[in-house]
Amino acid sequence: MEAIQGLALGFSHAFSLTNLAWAMLGCLLGTAVGVLPGIGPALTIALLLPITFQVSATGAFILFCGVFYGAMYGGSTTSILLNAPGESGSIITALEGARMARNGRAGPALATAAIGSFVAGTVGTLGLAFLGPVIVDLALALGPAEYFALMVLCFVTVSAVLGGSALRGLASLGFGLALGLVGIDLQTGQPRMTFGVPELLDGVNVVLVAVALFAVGEALHMAWRHRDGKAEVLPVGSVMLSRTDLRRSFWPWIRGAGLGFPFGVMPAGGTEMPTMLSYYAERKLAKPEHRHEFGTTGAIEGVAGPEAANNAAAAGILVPMLTLGLPTSATAAIMLSAFQSYGIQPGPLLFQSQGELVWTLIASLFIANVMLVVLNLPLVGLWVRILKIPQPQLYAGILVFATIGTYGISNSVVDLILLYAIGIIGMFMRRFDFPVAPVVIGMILGPMAEQALRQALTISEGDWSVFLTRPGSAAIMGLALLALAGPRLWALWARRG
Amino acid sequence: MRRRSLLAGAALAPLGLALPALAQPRFASLSMFIPAGPGGGWDGLGRAIEQVARGAGLVGSFAFENVGGAGGTVGLPRFVAQRRGRGDALMVAGSVMVGAVLTNRSPVGLKDVTPIARMTAEVGVIVVPAQSDIRDIQALLALLREAPGRVSVAGGSAGGTDHIVLGQILRALGRQAREGSYVAFAGGGPAQAAILGAQVRAGISGFSEFAEQIRAGRMRALATTGETRSDPAIPTLKESGVDVVASNWRGVFGAPGITAQQRAALTALMTELVGLPAWRELLATRGWEDAFLAGPAFEQFIQADTAATEAVLRDLGLVA
Repeated sequence: MEAIQGLALGFSHAFSLTNLAWAMLGCLLGTAVGVLPGIGPALTIALLLPITFQVSATGAFILFCGVFYGAMYGGSTTSILLNAPGESGSIITALEGARMARNGRAGPALATAAIGSFVAGTVGTLGLAFLGPVIVDLALALGPAEYFALMVLCFVTVSAVLGGSALRGLASLGFGLALGLVGIDLQTGQPRMTFGVPELLDGVNVVLVAVALFAVGEALHMAWRHRDGKAEVLPVGSVMLSRTDLRRSFWPWIRGAGLGFPFGVMPAGGTEMPTMLSYYAERKLAKPEHRHEFGTTGAIEGVAGPEAANNAAAAGILVPMLTLGLPTSATAAIMLSAFQSYGIQPGPLLFQSQGELVWTLIASLFIANVMLVVLNLPLVGLWVRILKIPQPQLYAGILVFATIGTYGISNSVVDLILLYAIGIIGMFMRRFDFPVAPVVIGMILGPMAEQALRQALTISEGDWSVFLTRPGSAAIMGLALLALAGPRLWALWARRG
Repeated sequence: MRRRSLLAGAALAPLGLALPALAQPRFASLSMFIPAGPGGGWDGLGRAIEQVARGAGLVGSFAFENVGGAGGTVGLPRFVAQRRGRGDALMVAGSVMVGAVLTNRSPVGLKDVTPIARMTAEVGVIVVPAQSDIRDIQALLALLREAPGRVSVAGGSAGGTDHIVLGQILRALGRQAREGSYVAFAGGGPAQAAILGAQVRAGISGFSEFAEQIRAGRMRALATTGETRSDPAIPTLKESGVDVVASNWRGVFGAPGITAQQRAALTALMTELVGLPAWRELLATRGWEDAFLAGPAFEQFIQADTAATEAVLRDLGLVA
């Protein structure tokens, strides 16, 4: 019950006027940063670091966490409206979200993303407050072998986005895996497929590829196939969630949050894997009468689940940071350096030595979550108006937005060339019915799986049996096999019976 | 950028009036190039220099530019190309770049910029998980001497500072650097997690990165890599019979092609900066070790460091 006392103390501090003001400022800034292309929470917090010379530690961290949570809310907006994800955790949201927007359901998609973010943020923050130290010890028991098994499980989700032709889908996946190879190989430090271009040493940015294939590819394809004379306006439709939408969103929110939080806590988990698993799960669990909406008109389950998973994972990332002082994401690393500029050494003793600060921070996260949902729901009505712009102008705007955002990531012309080169590939993929989602999934999972595999094999001295002799790894591998073969066996059995 | 320095000038004007004792700033403005993303070690050093230099009125204003990636080898060519001959430009870099230039086969290296001063250094530490049966450094060294492949060691990216320390230890033990079983992790977080979870036998990293885990008893420190003890309770490698001294140093560099006067002005600025009480205070808060070294001594140091790094990397097979 230490946690309840801590939270009570935290709320008593967080409800001061200055702290509420910091939280509000952080939420506003974070939402803006999430919507703007190219600038993420890590960069924003880094730019805000100089305030640590002036502002009290509590105020500064409330601001930073507001930015962090706010960016997660804002990140889905561009995914849904413009098919241009702002961060890697929102890529899966774009799959169904953008389709919903094209079919007059942008309002419900944005609303389910906002409420889903609230539900997941609350679940994640509760997890942080009550389960943090326990779950982090469980997460530490996972080694590279288990991570590799988890990635194999995630690869199964590719089967949900392969589209009509398995050959075309697998070709797309291969293209993604090849793109993922570009850059310095972590295990040997050697550059691969960089062709002497220094900007490629750090690899190709996955958000850039997602924006190029989804948004730029779509816009170019539109320009290519567009016929003169009829300037279409996309239907906007209802802005709010209907009762059916709410019913269809509820369980995906809960499942997404439940999946996302543990992945966030895992030191090598991240936000991408749970969004993929959530998408796969929702696609398989959807009621038969809604299943046809996936990949066609856009299914609300496919937005609610991944978006909740993304936000719960973001909350989970704070667990290793606050309980062990481990920076497991770029944002957490920058927050840790902010702790150091206050002379606070974040580590396993942080809860004891800085209890007041930590609990005020956690209480502020609850407050920020409420602020964000109150802020974002009315914004939905405003955002959907963007879609009232006639299509040629809208797509031109998307191109401008994607270009500025990409340049903003790195200020590099090489990235702009990549954006349009991959965009043109995306255009042809659309023309010839190649699915684009497997490219992005392959690009995210490929390098992660390769690293985990090689780390596991280095530790085991080259013994491949580790993946089956370690119980955790073997269990996840079994699950992957079940996920791949299960539905087919079930169909076979059902037909016979 | 012009507007920014004007604004900064306007902001500083009342300060100058209030403190007439302050001399003219040595530089009206400086451009600070960080070949890494914001928030990292190099960025931290750059911004610390800004904080102290502006506070003391040594420099009117700073303009920062961050170009991150690949151990600094993405930013370095840009600094060399864009700032050539400019006496008011500084770049932060350090031992990580020495290794990255070699492994990435970058055509541009630290030889192409003008060394000004080494500022800080951080020793490395060798740890094992708290529950490990390896009690002290001699036990670990014995295992490494006997079968290096059996002892998985976690650290940062391959060919980086941590990997080089392991290579140097193995060479000192009469083994080949490439016999080691080094598990590279991207960033300190995942590497620490692997050690805390006992996924690996041992780990190497900067001392400050592991200090809290050691203090909390979650990791056992076996040895540090400094010349002398950084922590009175932890022996150095050198006193344990392995002649390896290594540190992750950070310093500042001027643009290529600057005149001797321009170079002297930058050196004088850094020399005055490290003498300030505010700089001492900042080093203490951040837990940084003062490693100030300027002039020809710094140049010789870079040459020696590059040669030692290259020898290990060649042994590791990472440099042809």
